Amino acid sequence: MSRWSPETRERARRILARYPEKRSAVMPLLYLAAAEDGHLTPEGMEEVARWVGLTPAQVQSVASFYTMYKRERTGRYLVSCCTSISCMLLGADEVLAAVEDEAGVPAGETDDEGVITVEHVECIGACGGAPALQVNYELVEGVTPDTARELIRWLRSASPEAVHTDEMQELFGTRRSFDWAVPERVGAVGPFPAFEPYGTTDGNP
Amino acid sequence: MTDQLRVITRRMVEHPADSHTLARYEATGGYRQARRALDMGRDELVELVKESGLLGRGGAAFPAGLKWSFLAPARPAYLVVNADESEPGTFKDRQLLERDPHQLVEGMIIAAVANEVHHAFVYVRGEYPKPARRLQRAVDEAYTAGYLGEGIFGSDYDLEVTVHLGAGAYICGEETALINSLEGRRGEPRLKPPYFPAAKGLYMMPTIVNNVETVSNLPHILEMGPEAYKALGHEADTGSFLFSVSGHVNRPGNYELPHGLTWRELIYDVAGGIRDGNELKTWIPGGASAPWFVPSDHLDLPITKDATAKAGSMLGSGAVVVMDDTTCVVRAAERIVRFFAHESCGQCTPCREGTTWLEMILRRIESGAGREVDVDLLLEVGGNISVGLAWPPRMTTICPLGPSAVSPIISITKYFKDEVLAHIHGNGCPLRGAQR
Repeated sequence: MSRWSPETRERARRILARYPEKRSAVMPLLYLAAAEDGHLTPEGMEEVARWVGLTPAQVQSVASFYTMYKRERTGRYLVSCCTSISCMLLGADEVLAAVEDEAGVPAGETDDEGVITVEHVECIGACGGAPALQVNYELVEGVTPDTARELIRWLRSASPEAVHTDEMQELFGTRRSFDWAVPERVGAVGPFPAFEPYGTTDGNP
Repeated sequence: MTDQLRVITRRMVEHPADSHTLARYEATGGYRQARRALDMGRDELVELVKESGLLGRGGAAFPAGLKWSFLAPARPAYLVVNADESEPGTFKDRQLLERDPHQLVEGMIIAAVANEVHHAFVYVRGEYPKPARRLQRAVDEAYTAGYLGEGIFGSDYDLEVTVHLGAGAYICGEETALINSLEGRRGEPRLKPPYFPAAKGLYMMPTIVNNVETVSNLPHILEMGPEAYKALGHEADTGSFLFSVSGHVNRPGNYELPHGLTWRELIYDVAGGIRDGNELKTWIPGGASAPWFVPSDHLDLPITKDATAKAGSMLGSGAVVVMDDTTCVVRAAERIVRFFAHESCGQCTPCREGTTWLEMILRRIESGAGREVDVDLLLEVGGNISVGLAWPPRMTTICPLGPSAVSPIISITKYFKDEVLAHIHGNGCPLRGAQR
């Protein structure tokens, strides 16, 4: 008996159809399960196990290997601050400290309201626009401690349905790794990557 | 000498508003080479890429044509494009995916035909949802146009392409770990042999794993021919190369260049020199895994694979991380070692334990609690991961991740031992206050 809605089951079927062997669908299905419940729950992992014909323990073993499968309660906005070498050289530790202070929680934790989770992450491929951070994996490059604080306040006050990388870059970013050129219309609706058929506003960008 | 090349970055520079669309791609000559590839077939394509001298752009610089020639005869064979770009300092594949995804799709068609592949995958790192969306749209456009799917370009050749998102594990850039991950397993590198997935790879079938930039070069190699492609580059380093320059330079960014210019030209002319008029202290020539260079020894070396190797480092994925004289090298080394400790998959004891110890010892030195013996301890622990601290590393591990963590240890003890000792003797960083 599936816990998932007919629409989610349809998405799961579309994911499975992309792979020659069912097991390969584990990773995208884990994202789908996370999108369904807000984070990856034991029930979500059991559901994934049924879809791909593995045991829940096997699925949990896979999920626990990867940092982007959040198995604990995660805020509506996951703020991931890069503190790897290139970002560190340009002040990432100060940005992280500002984010932690403004959000009121240390890295690795979620605020009481369940709105913001802060984490520090290793390199996110934005070294030319350092220091950088992501909100629900949507990128903002060239942030400062001040603009990072503004970003946290904006997330709380504007409470955007979806976060868009271009909007956040415009409001809180400066230097970019390269010219982004064309605005990106899809945003992220939760703490999982916005990539169809999971994680986007309508699943069909 | 420092003029940028415009090969794989041409379209995005000349047509910034729509370089990612099928319409622009075709209006600028796109998909003609994929059609030609269908008429050429495996032997001719493998030979052509061999002749071009194309070296893999993912870090190992393995000859791409040679890799293809290793493909075992069993079928089905698979192609996997490695877009798990995660080496600290590297952001070139992100630009190629966002700004010219059809170039990659056309390259994939060529690589698929050359390796008799009918199902290809792109493994995009999980933190790149926007690049993955851009690529997926390009793939969708190509399907609609009949360039992917059943009977591509009206031929009898079928080709499926699946875009797959990773989930935050650097180690999945190692090709056997990537394959495990794509099979829905933990991303742990596989024990060798077999040395090449071309023998046994995805689903234990022959598999070619190529980097995004490598594959993006293929349409150009076909278009201009191997000789002209070679002539773009410098001796054994054929074609162009994307350098990701970051850190304390005035103009960070991705630069498409031939090899052969000097580090001085790259850092000062191309990347605009050091910020705030500061002095250059050190730089990483090829991503976090590479031993560092210093101005006194390396600034006028030519940037070639061989000259860099001879000087004890590598060009790797082309990530150049520049540090000025306000940088604490202990802190910089700690940050790089922390990365590898975090990303160690945990299979091999020397890497799992060693990287963690290195991180803790560096943190101790940085905090001012370091002891005189800590320098030797760093080298001893490093030597357990990478025997004799040799270059290239003599590995005690399944994959090169562990030895990569030793590079900053070798670098700071070789070039900046006085600064390390000053931390120990002075109870902390002698530069504190000088840093921003």
